[in-house]
Amino acid sequence: MKPTDITDPAYFHKVVDCQWACPAHTPVPEYIRLIADGRYADAYMINWKSNVFPGILGRTCDRPCEPACRRGRVEEEAVAICRLKRVAADNKGDVTARMPAPAATRNGKRIACVGAGPASLTVARDLAAVGYEVVVFDSAPAGGGFIRQQIPKFRLPESVIDEEVGFITALGVETRYNTTITSLTALLAENYDAVFVGSGAPRGRDLHIPGREEAAANIHIGIDWLASVSFGHISRIGKRVIVLGGGNTAMDCCRSARRLGGAEVKVVVRSGFEEMKASPWEKEDAMNEDIPILNYMVPKAFIHANGTLTGMTFEHVKAEYDEKGRRRLVPTGEPDTLLPCDDVLVAVGQENAFPWIEPESGVEFDRWGMPVVNETTFASTNKRVFFGGDAAFGPKNIIWAVAHGHQAAISIDLFCNGQDADDRPPPATTLVSQKMGIHEWSYDNDIAIDLRYKVPHRDKAAALSSITEEVELGYDRALAYKEAQRCLNCDVQTVFAPKLCIECDACVDICPMDCITFTDDGTEAELRTHLNAPAPNTHQAIYIADGLKTGRIMAKDEDVCLHCGLCAERCPTGAWDMQRFRIDIAQVTTKQVHACAR
Amino acid sequence: MTFLPKPRLHHPDLAANELGFTRRDYEGSISTLCAGCGHDSISAAIIRACYELNLPPHRIAKLSGIGCSSKTPTYFLGNSHGFNSVHGRMPSVLTGANLANRDLIYLGVSGDGDSASIGLGQFAHAIRRAVNMCYIVENNGVYGLTKGQFSATADRGATNKRGVANQDQPIDLVSMALQLGATYVGRSFSGDKGQLVPLIKGALSHRGAAFIDCISPCIAFNNHQGSTKSFDYVREHNEAMNALDVLTGRDEITLDQEPGTVEVVRQHDGSLLKLRKLDAAYDPTDRIGAMNFLQTHHARGEIVTGLLYVDPDAEDMHGFHETVDTPLNALDDAVLCPGSAALDKINASLR
Repeated sequence: MKPTDITDPAYFHKVVDCQWACPAHTPVPEYIRLIADGRYADAYMINWKSNVFPGILGRTCDRPCEPACRRGRVEEEAVAICRLKRVAADNKGDVTARMPAPAATRNGKRIACVGAGPASLTVARDLAAVGYEVVVFDSAPAGGGFIRQQIPKFRLPESVIDEEVGFITALGVETRYNTTITSLTALLAENYDAVFVGSGAPRGRDLHIPGREEAAANIHIGIDWLASVSFGHISRIGKRVIVLGGGNTAMDCCRSARRLGGAEVKVVVRSGFEEMKASPWEKEDAMNEDIPILNYMVPKAFIHANGTLTGMTFEHVKAEYDEKGRRRLVPTGEPDTLLPCDDVLVAVGQENAFPWIEPESGVEFDRWGMPVVNETTFASTNKRVFFGGDAAFGPKNIIWAVAHGHQAAISIDLFCNGQDADDRPPPATTLVSQKMGIHEWSYDNDIAIDLRYKVPHRDKAAALSSITEEVELGYDRALAYKEAQRCLNCDVQTVFAPKLCIECDACVDICPMDCITFTDDGTEAELRTHLNAPAPNTHQAIYIADGLKTGRIMAKDEDVCLHCGLCAERCPTGAWDMQRFRIDIAQVTTKQVHACAR
Repeated sequence: MTFLPKPRLHHPDLAANELGFTRRDYEGSISTLCAGCGHDSISAAIIRACYELNLPPHRIAKLSGIGCSSKTPTYFLGNSHGFNSVHGRMPSVLTGANLANRDLIYLGVSGDGDSASIGLGQFAHAIRRAVNMCYIVENNGVYGLTKGQFSATADRGATNKRGVANQDQPIDLVSMALQLGATYVGRSFSGDKGQLVPLIKGALSHRGAAFIDCISPCIAFNNHQGSTKSFDYVREHNEAMNALDVLTGRDEITLDQEPGTVEVVRQHDGSLLKLRKLDAAYDPTDRIGAMNFLQTHHARGEIVTGLLYVDPDAEDMHGFHETVDTPLNALDDAVLCPGSAALDKINASLR
């Protein structure tokens, strides 16, 4: 096999599973160590730089990092990365002094952001800080977009949104709320150097089955209903509520309904419980609030008495798979079920809608009605118009919107400076030894079996009595310390120097995971089966080094390495070293003035 | 060396043996030897051998004397019986234990100081008495605990860390073991587990005195230029006679090599030693031939390794003494002390 090139920024980045999986590539182990150290504000600022909304994401993120977490592969459950982020936000104190000051001088470029959701606000933050004049438009009375309108307050308190949106507007971003953009052409004519479209996927899908029109008064589109609840326009719902749909919006709908008078709330999904799009923890939270989830039931009709909704009928189906593995839902033949109800919330999906983008604007759409957007630069077919968040590639999550925003901001910056947006700035990496003494490291390498700690919840009766009381209380500092200690510090890399190796086998013998093998060279497929322990996870590389005296190679399976550093502690010649790898994904920057020169 | 315990976490695919134990279950506490010590590799080889042989940990007794090597039983087989004896006296304690309970598997772990200096007499007598045991000497040629003086196995002309050459003749424990009647004799190198693990497995399943001289570089005091027990020197001068495979129980025997290059030896417990010959002229069942061969090659500066001699039909001390099959420690008082009537009878027979 070819020896591994550890100078490739992607190589060690991939070993830090959580950071690699995070769309914004937040340096997770780095901030978890700071939390363990009680340095909450520092941990917060690392997050803020990468993902812009630590307090919000610490409560609502879809957590792509957690399924990737190595702790989940070597033990049972991932580190509670998301909820640790919240700990940093909860305990950070006043960080306004640490926030970048509004740009002292403007660069004269004007950017319009359509929508005040996470993608637009990220663009605004990245560009305003370096001197762009950014104007953010939103039809709602306050900024945040989906974050403010659709996420219930019992999951995300308004104060958290106000604070984190406030950090961005404090950079001198101009906000024009209660303003609906009705024409892109008109906007482009307003002397903006570039326009960023972060208008989300604002249209909730409807369900056109018999009775829909007649009983319309008691049938609500989920995301619109949540927005009305959020802005206080709705404060009551019927006693018996059916929520249709299996995504996170459905979970928010049913739990909101429970708090607004819904005593008997049910979720009904077409397919199986396991296939639901909602995050497992959100399903769990809903069920803990006495909300049953009924599956394999397809809505057939809304039943009403003279226009007053009385119930819904459902057909029972089962999943069948053809030889290609494609799933089909076929009726079981059981009689239909009638579920009586007073209100129905339809949360069966969201769609993009761009009625305000005219064909003559130069922005092309594909046959599914989605804008044609470059996946790297986020540029549309009009070189002045960029897309991001749900508006670019359909409904995803906040963290994706943030990642899109960062990349779009880079593209806009390059575009405004007359540079090629395809020429992406490289990440900055550092690799530094963590050795402090003969067997002392600057990180805690005492790895033990340690199961995930539960986040304390508010008492159920109290939680259900209010639409605004936050259900999750978050880890306190003591629990947060314990949970933080579960992190394996995967960013502290095992770095091997073949020249120093005397092939004494000490590292092979001590490695608790049997990761290291000294062997004759072979193809990757051969090595993966012939190592001291099989290495079937091809998502993780085998670290190969040659140049050993015996002509063998060192092969280390990165997959289940605990980063405990015992190989380095046992190495008599220092051929193994534990080195902290830090990768900073490029963001829009001005010329940095070093602290010493300020 | 490390202060931290080795994490209990293990590879998700770590396999269990026939007893349901994983290899990790045969480990002991964390080693406090110097980082890179050859002894730690030997400990790892013992762990693997016991795991692969499906040995119940509670049926093994590990005994040692004093020295770096004799510390190692703490670092493997944490669930086995152990005895850390007086310097050089491990063979007597092992002999006594074996007499009292013949049912355990005896593993004696010693070093070149413990066995070739202070305990040379003990070593010799345990071997010539054919005590059923696996006796491993972790041989590094220096007194590591006292900072690197030459030991009795250091080669003449080898230099210490300061460059001073050794003038004394070395004791070759392998030659002594052959001469004293050991019935399973091997030599290996801590840096070659592929050779060492099967050698230990064969020794553990052998009936009679099995002896392994394992060269184990002292990373702190004997791994320099001029040493004849350094990683580099041993790798350069290693002459392996054969490659061993130990097959037990259900293992299938396949002889895929050309006839004449593989020799299969059946031991008393049914285990098979499959020897792939690397030196066609070497016959591991010829004791006198082996002794000659060793002397000749030692004179050339070569380190002969592999399974050097085996007598698969060997008897042990219990056989020679015709002791009862039941371990003495399992016999009750009435049997052990049959009373004055029985004594009178014996006395009468002697009159």
